Amino acid sequence: MAPAASILSIEDLSIAYDRDKYAVKNVTATVRKNAITAIMGPSGCGKTTLLRAINRMHELYPNISTEGKIKLYGDNIYEMPTIELRRKIGMVFQRPNPFPTMSIYENVIAGYKLNGIHLKRSERDEIVETTLRDVTLWDEVKNALHKKGTFLSGGQQQRLCVARALAFKPEIILLDEPTSALDPVSTAKIEDLLVELKQHYTIILVTHNMSQAARISDNSMFMYLGELIEYEDTKTMFTNPKDPRTEGYLTGKFG
Amino acid sequence: MNSDKITKYILFGASLLILVVAGGMLYSLVEGSLPSFRVFGWKFLVSPEWNPTQGDQHFGALAFIAGTLFTSIFALLVAIPLAFSTSLIVAEYFRKTWFANVVSTCVDLLAGIPSVIFGLWGFYALRPFIVSIGLSHQGFGIFTAGLVLAIMIVPYATSLSNSIIMMVPNELKEAAYSLGATRLEVIWNVILPNARSGITASYILAFGRALGETMAVTMLIGNANILPKGLFSTGNTMASVIANEFGEASGVHLSSLIEIGLLLFVITAIINATGKYIIKKFA
Ligand SMILES: Nc1ncnc2c1ncn2[C@@H]1O[C@H](COP(=O)(O)OP(=O)(O)OP(=O)(O)O)[C@@H](O)[C@H]1O
Ligand SMILES: [Mg+2]
Repeated sequence: MAPAASILSIEDLSIAYDRDKYAVKNVTATVRKNAITAIMGPSGCGKTTLLRAINRMHELYPNISTEGKIKLYGDNIYEMPTIELRRKIGMVFQRPNPFPTMSIYENVIAGYKLNGIHLKRSERDEIVETTLRDVTLWDEVKNALHKKGTFLSGGQQQRLCVARALAFKPEIILLDEPTSALDPVSTAKIEDLLVELKQHYTIILVTHNMSQAARISDNSMFMYLGELIEYEDTKTMFTNPKDPRTEGYLTGKFG
Repeated sequence: MNSDKITKYILFGASLLILVVAGGMLYSLVEGSLPSFRVFGWKFLVSPEWNPTQGDQHFGALAFIAGTLFTSIFALLVAIPLAFSTSLIVAEYFRKTWFANVVSTCVDLLAGIPSVIFGLWGFYALRPFIVSIGLSHQGFGIFTAGLVLAIMIVPYATSLSNSIIMMVPNELKEAAYSLGATRLEVIWNVILPNARSGITASYILAFGRALGETMAVTMLIGNANILPKGLFSTGNTMASVIANEFGEASGVHLSSLIEIGLLLFVITAIINATGKYIIKKFA
């Protein structure tokens, strides 16, 4: 599949936590810009590993080895400084993890603070407000900006974490099962938000929830035992899967 | 009675006994201090004079309070950078590696060495060295005692702050890394703010240990019953004046020593309670 405007191309990527035990095997795929790409597959098939390879968070594990390339607009990310890369590719985690020692306001601009980038007061206010509006949290927290982010509900905390990832205006946002710890209402809000955000950002979403992938994603990857088995337009994959393993997963035979 | 009940009573009795002993100790300290308190009153706390000569007897605790605080604060100031670096090495930089294991085992071993051995080492190794580089004539005093004391409290300051640093959730560190933070930025902006109160508490508890440490300090501080004039001055601490003089003391002299003991008891209890409170409240 060759999407129209691609932003990221994964080229023959293999990742092993321990020597010869591959968690991701020879994955090749191109990710479309301003679209939501879902990564699905049974537990342990390598979704998180693949996702983390895209902003090199997987390198935090000491013995990991990576072969192959990932190119962002044609530049190999493994030759970029990680700091620069991670500002271009933001991440949202499975469990909401706002910084408990920081206020809501500080959480939004945490990226700037962590990187030692000094902003004027007015610039900071501006970034905080627009970003919180982008994640539809502004109206709920505008009177509590200086309270701790950990007082918010789980769903609000997760939207705050999306805001934190957006504050740098990254190219891509990676989300690893961002709604698996949330209730249905909060989940729906995050899903609406992601659909909204794809106008300006490219979204890659790991999800266990097939109906979520069906609802909001444009393209879907199906992984199995570290391999990318099928990568399709989401509609095509759900209506007409090519590989029997994809079909088996989608019809609930395993996973 | 069934055996369950009997066991319960035995356990209950044993724990009650501990309470009674602790209460009794406090009671005898208070009772023993009374003769001194009757003579010197509250001035005991602010008088620097300590003169056991019969006929001209006068006792005040200020010299020892000052000596204790001076030595312990100096020890703490020396210990903190050592303990802090060790904690970061063990709990963050080399976390779960053989190197961290070796370092933390050594630090724990340090805690098990009897204090008289630290005293001996200070006496035969550190003191001559201090004399040879010309810091002091005899090598005894606040500086020498404080240095040895610093080494002695490092394990206490380290082991608790290690576990506090390790308890900082990995997901917070990952969040910071995902925002492009370097390791140093993660340490300063995520690990330390989250571990701050626990680390502070562990230093307070280490300080509490330093206040009461007796043997090594007694061997090195010079045992001069005077207000210490500076870092290289000799002096005496509350614990070491008791250890030095209780054998020959009687009457008001003995009572004054007991009053110093009571003071030390109260001060260390307050320091320990503060440390534990901080841990409970914030960690
Ligand atoms: N830190 C690690 N060290 C060693 N092996 C790991 C580590 N993390 C994951 N693995 C292994 O790599 C493989 C892929 O794991 P990964 O977490 O990427 O799967 P996943 O598809 O995200 O699973 P899940 O749906 O359960 O989150 C698994 O076999 C797993 O056991
Ligand atoms: Mg996963």
